Amino acid sequence: MSANAESLAVGWVRKVGGMTLFFLQVCSRIVPSFTRPGLIVRQIYNAGARSLVIVMLSGLFVGMVLGLLGFDTLQRFGSEDSLGVLAALGMLKVLGPVLTALLFAGRAGTSLTSEIGLMKSTDQLTAMQMMAVDPLRHVIAPRFLGGIIAMPLLAATFSVIGLFGAQLIGVQQMGVDVGAFWSQTQNAVDLRDVYEGIVKSLVFGVACSLIAVYEGYNSEPTPEGVGLATTRTVVTSSVMVLLLNYLLTAAFLTK
Amino acid sequence: MKNSRSLEIGTGLFVLLGFTALAFLTTQLPGTSLKFGGSEGGYTVTAKFDNIGDLKPGSPVTMAGVRVGRVETIRFDPRDFKAAVVLRIEDQYQEIPEDSDASIQTAGLLGGKYIGIGPGGSETFLKQGGQIEFTQSAIVLESLVNKFFANMASKGPDEQKSDEPAAEEKK
Repeated sequence: MSANAESLAVGWVRKVGGMTLFFLQVCSRIVPSFTRPGLIVRQIYNAGARSLVIVMLSGLFVGMVLGLLGFDTLQRFGSEDSLGVLAALGMLKVLGPVLTALLFAGRAGTSLTSEIGLMKSTDQLTAMQMMAVDPLRHVIAPRFLGGIIAMPLLAATFSVIGLFGAQLIGVQQMGVDVGAFWSQTQNAVDLRDVYEGIVKSLVFGVACSLIAVYEGYNSEPTPEGVGLATTRTVVTSSVMVLLLNYLLTAAFLTK
Repeated sequence: MKNSRSLEIGTGLFVLLGFTALAFLTTQLPGTSLKFGGSEGGYTVTAKFDNIGDLKPGSPVTMAGVRVGRVETIRFDPRDFKAAVVLRIEDQYQEIPEDSDASIQTAGLLGGKYIGIGPGGSETFLKQGGQIEFTQSAIVLESLVNKFFANMASKGPDEQKSDEPAAEEKK
């Protein structure tokens, strides 16, 4: 029993260490990978452009729910004009980055993991090494980088669409004054709030992409192993995003 | 490489859209440069207030509770130390008497400020560039509370010295 717990703990520490080392290895390949920008563009397309529709749809509906519930709550205090403030801050600071990251982990992270895992199980990565082609540089780094570039753009799109979704419900359906909605929003939202959202989405992008490529690169080269690695990507990414979200929120509050 | 064209177009669209969203968030949300719901039609009149509270450009202008226009700009007039508020009234409300009064009111307890216009009795109407002479400033809740407690404290020696201008409360 205790030996079991010990091996579990050691396994955890090993995983943290392995991920850190892997992160450093990939980081050292980021600059060289710019010599093949085409690879990065393809990964931005895979991670970003192909996640765009689901992110925009989700953003719209999250914003609409925010408009509906926000209006219902705020009108009890007669301050439904502040709906825009609530929607904007909620979207920018939490909902935009976090929900986009969760969607990103599910949509792009899984495909990264399974793609790399399959490359590994079909010995493509080994073959590259045989030909003195560094798979970290040509396979992992572009995918990692593409995810990092795509995430803030996706989160910003999510926030903007969500804000207009909230406006759609609040103004068009519930009858909040458009001018009050936006003037209060513009007055209450600070540039710092926007930066908070961007920093968060950037950090989440690094975390989700790193976990996805790490799990793929270290998956068991079997069909079952790739499946397990994909599951681990979603679970680990989701937990990490929510944990990092708390830490970053606390950090931004105290500054 | 035959689908590299669509790949590049897709990536380009995505990146452009993303950066547009980022630009919107960073430049338009924390500023007042973009006016939503502001129509260019109608005519503008000016009203000067001692204290506008937290009235903002874009706030509604109402008569009898119905929105007839919006606050367009707010600036400080250094000559008489008042806030000059430009109101844009929509075109269909042409017949607002010249001696109407404008007051800054609060929607609900915590809601935003808006301007309510009470109609006067004059036969002539406000025109483009006109000015509303009779104004009533915003009621700043904190100074009201301060006054109340000051009154309570000085109730013993029956002196009524509570008429300090409320304007000093806000910077």
